[in-house]
Amino acid sequence: MVTVALSKQQVLQWLAEVADPEIPVLSIADLGIIRNVEVGDEVIVELTPTYSGCPATEVIEQSVVDALARQGVEGVRIKRVLSPPWTTDWISAEGRTKLRAYGIAPPADGGSKRELLHDTRRIACPRCESTDTLVVSEFGSTACKASYKCNACLEPFEYFKCI
Amino acid sequence: MNKDDALLAYVLRLGDNALILGQRMVELVAAYPELEEELANANFALDFIGQARMFYTYAGELEGKGRSEDDLAFLRDENEYRNFLLIEQPNGHFGDSITKLVLFESFYLLQLEALVHCSAERVAEIAARAEKEIRYHLRHNTQWLIRLGDGTEESHARAQGSVDNLWRFTGELFAADEVDNVFENEFDGPDLFKIRERWQENVASVLAEATLAKPEDEWMASGGKEGRHSEHLGYMIAEMQYLQRVHPGATW
Repeated sequence: MVTVALSKQQVLQWLAEVADPEIPVLSIADLGIIRNVEVGDEVIVELTPTYSGCPATEVIEQSVVDALARQGVEGVRIKRVLSPPWTTDWISAEGRTKLRAYGIAPPADGGSKRELLHDTRRIACPRCESTDTLVVSEFGSTACKASYKCNACLEPFEYFKCI
Repeated sequence: MNKDDALLAYVLRLGDNALILGQRMVELVAAYPELEEELANANFALDFIGQARMFYTYAGELEGKGRSEDDLAFLRDENEYRNFLLIEQPNGHFGDSITKLVLFESFYLLQLEALVHCSAERVAEIAARAEKEIRYHLRHNTQWLIRLGDGTEESHARAQGSVDNLWRFTGELFAADEVDNVFENEFDGPDLFKIRERWQENVASVLAEATLAKPEDEWMASGGKEGRHSEHLGYMIAEMQYLQRVHPGATW
């Protein structure tokens, strides 16, 4: 095995391929939950949980350790960082495009606060882009999604809630 | 009481409230008659249990005796729990569950908003995370209470019954004791007097919209914060702790 000095950039590149277990079309980099990577005697990956009770948190942490182990990196330590708290605003532009293509309407831009204060803006259907949509349920298959229906193309779709 | 003891006691109370309420809601999983409420309840329960885990992990570190979040949740007796009496009340009917959540979360949200600015850094961090979640809960639960109160004759009568029945447990939320006072002074913590004023206003406006009468503040039950609980808590934690009690140290 050739040992070259490991760079932070390289680690980030590998981590960009780790998928979110609940929305596998997104990588954890798209999701914006990688806070920092430090490469020293050990590799420290700082991650932030999305929701307090998100059952994916442990799975994601294990996936990070596994992904780096596959690249021959041992001695990985995961550090959970709580502050500042994760917000849907951190989902990358690329992540939003991927979500839409996957059939999940991405969270409205920078709207986390407004959304919480009862701002019920129209959410565009990820399939036909019509804004003639209806909330079916504020809740969905995972804690981070709500269920919608498009009145134009009549398809149901999920919306990534703003927090 | 010194600063460190107050911090530990305060964090444990936060954890106990979150866990016991989360567990109460878990009892309702798969019991809702329609999918939307089923998911709402399960999602909310998960938020509470997630919050409890963060508070317990921190409490274990503060205590410094090597107790984990699991030890604190599963190996303490009833009288070691410091949650509010309101939290542990049985679920009752849907109106009871919703009313309990509106009364508690109206308080908890104000408490978390204040904690975000306290000087106990880790508590402030957890509070910042939890605050967003509780805001989402409260919005949903408030809409339900309004719908029930301002609904049919029967839903109105039942919701009024829930409010009247649970009101006596709300005094404890604001009864500052030594832990609250030391935490407030040493860590720039919540001022329960101010929180009570805002809670009264917020709850009064929800009840008015729900066409429900706000009960008078008469005799208030208390004791949860000192570990003197109603008979309901024991049954509940007996079920919750069953596995660890029967198979001590069992792990996945």
